Amino acid sequence: MAKKTPKPEELSKVDYRRPRKGWMDIPVEFKEGMFCNGTRPGYLETVGMPNPRKWAPKDEDWKLPENWKEIVLNGMQERLEKYRSFRLFMDICVRCGACADKCQFYLGTGDPKNMPVLRAELMRSVYRRYFTTSGKIMGKYAGGRELTLDVLKEWWYYFYQCSECRRCSVFCPYGIDQAEITMIGREILNLLGLNTDWIAGPVANCYMNGNHLGLEPHTVKSNIEFMVDDIEEITGIKVEPTFNREGAEILFVAPSGDLFGDPGTFTAMGYMMLFHEIGLDYTWSTYASEGGNFGSFTSMEMGKRLNYKLYAEAKRLGVKWILGGECGHMWRVVNQYMDTWNGPADFLKVPVSPITGTRFENAASTKMVHIAEFTADLIKNGKLKLDPSRNDHLRVTFHDSCNPARGMGILDEPRYILKNVLNHFYEMPEETIREKTFCCGSGAGLNASENMELRMRGGFPRANAVKYVHQHHGVNMLANICAIDRAALPPLMNYWVPGVDVAGVHELVANAMVMKGEKERTQDLRLEDLPEKEGAENV
Amino acid sequence: MGALFSFVVVILLILLAYVGVAAVGMQSFFGIVIPYVAVLVFLVGVVYRVIKWGKSPVPFAITTTGGQQKSLEWIKQAKLDNPSSSTGVVGRMALEILLFRSLFRNTKSELRDGRLAYGSGKWLWLAAMAFHWSFLIVLLRHVRLFETPVPSFVNLLESLDGFLQIGAPRLFLTGVILLLAVTYLLLRRFYVRQVRYISLAADYFPLFLIIAVASTGILMRYFFKVDIVSVKELTMGLVSFNPTVPAGVGAIFYVHVFLVSTLFAYFPFSKLMHAGGIYLSPTRNLANDSRAVRHVNPWDYPVKVHTYDEYEDEFREKMIKAGIPVEHYPAPSPEELEKEFGDKDAGVPAGKEE
Repeated sequence: MAKKTPKPEELSKVDYRRPRKGWMDIPVEFKEGMFCNGTRPGYLETVGMPNPRKWAPKDEDWKLPENWKEIVLNGMQERLEKYRSFRLFMDICVRCGACADKCQFYLGTGDPKNMPVLRAELMRSVYRRYFTTSGKIMGKYAGGRELTLDVLKEWWYYFYQCSECRRCSVFCPYGIDQAEITMIGREILNLLGLNTDWIAGPVANCYMNGNHLGLEPHTVKSNIEFMVDDIEEITGIKVEPTFNREGAEILFVAPSGDLFGDPGTFTAMGYMMLFHEIGLDYTWSTYASEGGNFGSFTSMEMGKRLNYKLYAEAKRLGVKWILGGECGHMWRVVNQYMDTWNGPADFLKVPVSPITGTRFENAASTKMVHIAEFTADLIKNGKLKLDPSRNDHLRVTFHDSCNPARGMGILDEPRYILKNVLNHFYEMPEETIREKTFCCGSGAGLNASENMELRMRGGFPRANAVKYVHQHHGVNMLANICAIDRAALPPLMNYWVPGVDVAGVHELVANAMVMKGEKERTQDLRLEDLPEKEGAENV
Repeated sequence: MGALFSFVVVILLILLAYVGVAAVGMQSFFGIVIPYVAVLVFLVGVVYRVIKWGKSPVPFAITTTGGQQKSLEWIKQAKLDNPSSSTGVVGRMALEILLFRSLFRNTKSELRDGRLAYGSGKWLWLAAMAFHWSFLIVLLRHVRLFETPVPSFVNLLESLDGFLQIGAPRLFLTGVILLLAVTYLLLRRFYVRQVRYISLAADYFPLFLIIAVASTGILMRYFFKVDIVSVKELTMGLVSFNPTVPAGVGAIFYVHVFLVSTLFAYFPFSKLMHAGGIYLSPTRNLANDSRAVRHVNPWDYPVKVHTYDEYEDEFREKMIKAGIPVEHYPAPSPEELEKEFGDKDAGVPAGKEE
């Protein structure tokens, strides 16, 4: 990274003053630390996307095809005809400004082009100029703007400063969703080979190897086996996960982030301990080893191409239904896109919990259940023996991830679980949770390292709310149900609220779960001593 | 610039109608031709716009969920903010359209000493409600001019609207509220810095236009007191397609009609179409039931995928070595099989590690 991220004291002095010049007269400036690297050609070649070449966002020459303007305008035309959302959202905004201070990137940067309304206007101005009669005739007076290379670069800079969190959409009186505009904007940019390296890489990995990290099948297995060893050390119980097993009742799909790196691995250990305890007949797949979908940050088509593996593998293995792990955008995809893209999944059965007999009618067509729904049902039916005091060293708050909150509405299931597995739970202020939750600042493929300043700025409102409960209630653990959160929130907390750790919900479940035949636990899933046990040993 | 430009345009429109009627005597043009053209443009324009939106499909179920989903039966669903049925959607849409539910959520954020605080931001909601509802009532009161006898709901509206019993003619509250609310909406475009920065001529123009419409209406009723009998003769002529221009209607009336006509004709080509667009907004008008009922994309097409067989072809050896079952084992010699797995399990390696 060329530039060091400024200190928190400096970063929190955000300047919201109105620039003197109108926004159309301010050319885009690529600020170090605020954008991701451009994609290397190999990633695009792997999946056959256009215009692979070496380029960098700061380059004057982006090595675009001669007719790039035509490609962009045709791309817009095509999408105006394909998406009612796009045409409508281009047409009906009244610029009331209700969305302006709802975006964490605006709150954290003070850059007016990060107000959702203005981010949309970057494209709307071009729409007006080329696709409306008044704009064609009156140009600037009708709010129109020529499509120039500078405008294209501005799109790129700001569409990759949006985490597609949909917070603006909750507050918009017409439901205009900047995530939708960003997605379509990125899709159009991808017609010119203008992805980021951090998104295109996972896409290529996932396409070829089955997961974003590019883990090969034997590595998926060996990573999980490491966790099996840790579980045995902690509990004395050897859990026995299976891989690509035909005839299993359930295919389990988690975000691959949970297989690699703390604290995601603790969450994965939690899943496996839970499944072992209830005797679930499930299998992992090394082929469908990714629930997340960076394709959906690229284009609808790429999203569909990556998502294909889930149903294909469920069919090949002959499972009855699919259980999905804790992941944010994965659940936007599962809830709103998967069945449409790659369904109907008529070869699967309506999910029924083999332990409680609960039929998940809400997943009757897609046949995929969220693990928080699954576990909440187990707890409600008294199927787990829980000792919440094992989490007594933790004072916990819950971060609703954007996609599960605003693209699904899974809000109370994780809370119910948490309240049953621990004794100290505190909510952040109500304007910052549930459907009004703030993004971690790193969603939609922004969790790279070269754009760290952007991530710290975008995560500022979230961190601010955590700081509140940290100071008022001594909160030291930020629970969530998202793998990108588990990767992005630790550095965010280190930066803004040192002393707060990050955990997946199922790590905390497994901490509290009293397993049949386990040895007396002295360690939590992080192999750290349980505080009271440590005290007891010292006597 | 946008504000000044829009202001000047509205002033010009006023002058145009005034001069046209008072100096040139174009009463029939401004009283008959313009209203007919405006209504025609409005109707054709709105239908055209709605059809154009309607022609673009809704490929995905992209509901924005504003509360708890329907999942386990003992978890309370937010039936209106996260509807799972058509009844719920109707409820959600009714709340949006009649009460501006999403705008009601509005908060105002403030950064103080490195801390973000969120206060209530309901003024915009209040002004928007006051503006739209009073505008609707004002519009409905005008039905008096287009029907004989006057429908009873209009009389009822008028008696409610004028319940203060002030002045003669009686003061209608909605006219005053409309003017106050629209003035607030204009002022916030000047004084709220973010809103000022994003405002275009297309945002100021309708505000100035509506202020002018309301002002001329109020002037006409309470101050210049145009001859209401002649006005009704003209308006009845219009709706019965037997238009006449009675003598003695003041120029201010024609100015008012011209401004209203401009508003009607401008409507379909502007952001004012949000009034129709809200009904079609896919983040609001779809149930969050896409896991229970499959949403179909009409333009779905097959895509290139990386199949399991291709995957296994690439990793077969590594998979076998790691003890991961595969579909196609390389054909080994019987000796190799014997050596590798023993007699019993030949060719069928276990999925689990021993």
